[in-house]
Amino acid sequence: MTARDEILARVREATTAAASGAYDRPAHVRTPGSVDLFVERVEDYQAVVERCSAASLSDRVQAAVEGCSVVVPPGLGVEVPDAVVDAGLSALELDQVDAVVTEATVGIAETGTIVLDHGPGQGRRAITLVPDRHVCIVRADQVVADVPDAVALLDPHRPLTWISGPSATSDIELSRVEGVHGPRNLHVIVVED
Amino acid sequence: MTATFVGMPPFPTAARAALEDTQLRHNLAHATGTIRDKRARVVAEVEDWEDLRTAGAAIKDATLANLEQHLVQLEARLLEQGAVVHWARDAAEANRIVAGIAKSHAVDEVVKVKSMVTQEIGLNEALALEGIAAWETDLAELIVQLGDDLPSHILVPAIHRNRAEIRQIFLERMAAAGRPAPTDLTDDPAELASTARLHLREKFLRARMAVSGANFAVAETGTLVVVESEGNGRMCLTLPEVLVSVVGIEKVVPTFADLDVFLRLLPRSSTGERMNPYTSTWTGVTPGDGPQEVHVVLLDNGRTRALADEVGRQALRCIRCSACLNVCPVYERVGGHAYGSVYPGPIGAILNPLMHGVGEDAQTDSLPYASSLCGACYEVCPVKIDIPSVLVDLRAQVVDAHRGGVPPVTHLAEAVAMKGVAATFGSSRRLGFAERLVRLGTGVAQRLPVATPWTNARDVPKGPPESFRAWWKRTDGGRR
Amino acid sequence: MRVALQVTCINDALFPDTGKAMVTLLRRLGVDVEFPAGQTCCGQPMVNTGYLDEAVPALRSFVDAFGGYDAIVTPSGSCAGSARHQHQIVARRSGDAGLVAAVEKTAPRVFELTEFLVDQLGVTDVGASFPHAVTYHPTCHSLRMLGVGDRPRMLLEQVRGLRLVDLPAAEECCGFGGTFAMKNADTSIAMGSDKARHVRETGAEILVAGDNSCLMHIGGLLSRQRSGVRTMHLAEILASTEAAPPTVAPLSVEPVETRGLAL
Ligand code: SF4
Repeated sequence: MTARDEILARVREATTAAASGAYDRPAHVRTPGSVDLFVERVEDYQAVVERCSAASLSDRVQAAVEGCSVVVPPGLGVEVPDAVVDAGLSALELDQVDAVVTEATVGIAETGTIVLDHGPGQGRRAITLVPDRHVCIVRADQVVADVPDAVALLDPHRPLTWISGPSATSDIELSRVEGVHGPRNLHVIVVED
Repeated sequence: MTATFVGMPPFPTAARAALEDTQLRHNLAHATGTIRDKRARVVAEVEDWEDLRTAGAAIKDATLANLEQHLVQLEARLLEQGAVVHWARDAAEANRIVAGIAKSHAVDEVVKVKSMVTQEIGLNEALALEGIAAWETDLAELIVQLGDDLPSHILVPAIHRNRAEIRQIFLERMAAAGRPAPTDLTDDPAELASTARLHLREKFLRARMAVSGANFAVAETGTLVVVESEGNGRMCLTLPEVLVSVVGIEKVVPTFADLDVFLRLLPRSSTGERMNPYTSTWTGVTPGDGPQEVHVVLLDNGRTRALADEVGRQALRCIRCSACLNVCPVYERVGGHAYGSVYPGPIGAILNPLMHGVGEDAQTDSLPYASSLCGACYEVCPVKIDIPSVLVDLRAQVVDAHRGGVPPVTHLAEAVAMKGVAATFGSSRRLGFAERLVRLGTGVAQRLPVATPWTNARDVPKGPPESFRAWWKRTDGGRR
Repeated sequence: MRVALQVTCINDALFPDTGKAMVTLLRRLGVDVEFPAGQTCCGQPMVNTGYLDEAVPALRSFVDAFGGYDAIVTPSGSCAGSARHQHQIVARRSGDAGLVAAVEKTAPRVFELTEFLVDQLGVTDVGASFPHAVTYHPTCHSLRMLGVGDRPRMLLEQVRGLRLVDLPAAEECCGFGGTFAMKNADTSIAMGSDKARHVRETGAEILVAGDNSCLMHIGGLLSRQRSGVRTMHLAEILASTEAAPPTVAPLSVEPVETRGLAL
């Protein structure tokens, strides 16, 4: 018998007496996401958060990457002067880049989370990982209230990265310390109109 | 009742040694105290926390009840999405599969995302025998690996180490494994973390193969999920060409939408945060992004044995948040090593016997007794595993495993004593007689110049002149 | 309503004053409590050690003794929890349908003292007087298995003259745990030492709880440490009045006699 057949047979035998497999999903009432709460919760993670209008976005982005070498994904909706557009940079090449600017798919107010689905304007997973500074643009209308609202909007077939603050660890005496392998600086710009 | 009880030797012996380690006691009290407060604060924020726990438990139960169907579906979706699916009956088979993949790519090193399951199967040791170095990239795992130590916590395997000890390990051991620690390293946690960043970065950038576990595997879509903090997981899941994920068969959840329940329960229970810094999901191979060769190893290794246990199967709901360890008064004092397994604490005390079976070795048999049954674990468990009830059921299994035939000497006296107690409690007349002996007994205990497990630190109550039932009879319930 | 006192085996043999206090207190509140003489033990010591078959005789005597009563009151959260949550497990395993049916009747009628007073009798002021500084340890089984919540505190707050001092880390287990105290004596003592330390920190004169088994453990440590803190069961405090204060000795545990050792 193959390992597969054997394991499945054991599973079948072990579950013959198990109760039925039905369950109720908890009811969830959709409420609109609060940008104020989103901003407050992102700040709680020691990230930099600012709010701006669409007109001033370009200036804000430039200020956020001041003095940095920058990579941007193809399809980014804002012009970043001198930025390299990613066309499959290697990890070693990305390691030489200081900052990355991207958009996001959804923002979650309750948890202060941004989710990237790595489509146009967001780019491959590597570009938002290796550079030390991540500037992320979230539109106010992308902010939802809570995790279930976000899950409902996401496409499971795309790779997804949920980001809640800069990289951190609780591994030393269970106290949170910011700054391990992922970007140590997370800068979120919320665009409101 | 004397020294010969079921389950006496291993946990109690190991615990005794651990209790003498004052540094360990101090580190654990500090760390568990910190995390308990954090968890309590963020859990209190969620109004429908109890409903969420109920939902988490219900989803897992429903999944386990139809596990075969979900596993078959998961496999089919993974294959459709370009992943290679392997099945492993046990640790050895899983290790062979991973080593085989490494060898087929001629790699001599892999980077690893922290994963309980690869610790469970001893993957690093197995790969080392094949000449393949496995680098742990989670900070706590790195501390354990560099320190040639054993993990002592599910979430923070180096919880037994404080910052000063971590600094020492980095200074002494990092150089042999790659980029050395700076000689002027202090014990500032931020500095320690950035030292780990630099040390590991060169490994991430050159690694060609990564090994991970998965927190969840979605049957409906073939999506795997890794929940982490540091970004080492993202590095491993994104940069190498080949990714192998070893996934226990109980990690499956039916639908993508089910994740919302667990992504709310897990971070708050685990690190006491509203959300952990990073969660990555991937579904097979994404062309042009991340590893282009993706393997998934579905592992049994005792899980079907646990699944067959009617009371104990709820342990397979576990999402490895470690909340039960952090609140456990026993764990807080003895630490993880005393449990003799990568799964320590309350969940370890049930999971190990459930996966290995009882009645075979004294160490495993001692684990269900490593609890005062205070119930703090059950109260915090995000998937409502009734750990105290499972412990009591496993105790009965341990006793039953030794019934019939000659009981082993380790619990002969207890078995005989329990038979006697059973007879005594079967009749109030016999009990009344026994009580006179008890009063005699406590009197003797007070006068004995020898220490028993009770009296070596505790006084015994003074025996009363008469029992309650004798008083009631003599005075007609105080009316005379 | 016919009310029975389930005194528990440990109180019967070692702490009869608690049983007497239960009688005094309940009678004062107009409950003509009976003591069914056939009672022995709830079976918990056997069940929690893994000896389920050995618990069957105790269970049989339990249902025989208490079968006819409307309410069964016990000065122990642990024994009440055992009756409500474990009896049916033991009964089912025995395969005796009669026992299963009997347990179905008795299990939901078992009340821990504070549940009985607050929920069944609807009183929080039981007319007690006890002019001492007291700290309260919520035992795990009353706290988590039964969920008695703040009932004990509500009752204590109404006692004349009593000063209730908060116990730090009150909800943490004392480390008794039945046979855990013997099988894992070192860990049990480590837990108990911390509990005793917290008790001493309060400066209270008396540690009160709803379970004499836990008190025997913590009290044994406090006594060994010559801490000057005594333990008392909640029932004894609630039974106490100005006219009839409790008569127990200042320390309810005696130091181990070590005269035999010429050290
Ligand atoms: S048993 Fe529950 S509390 Fe413990 S690690 Fe598992 S999920 Fe978390």
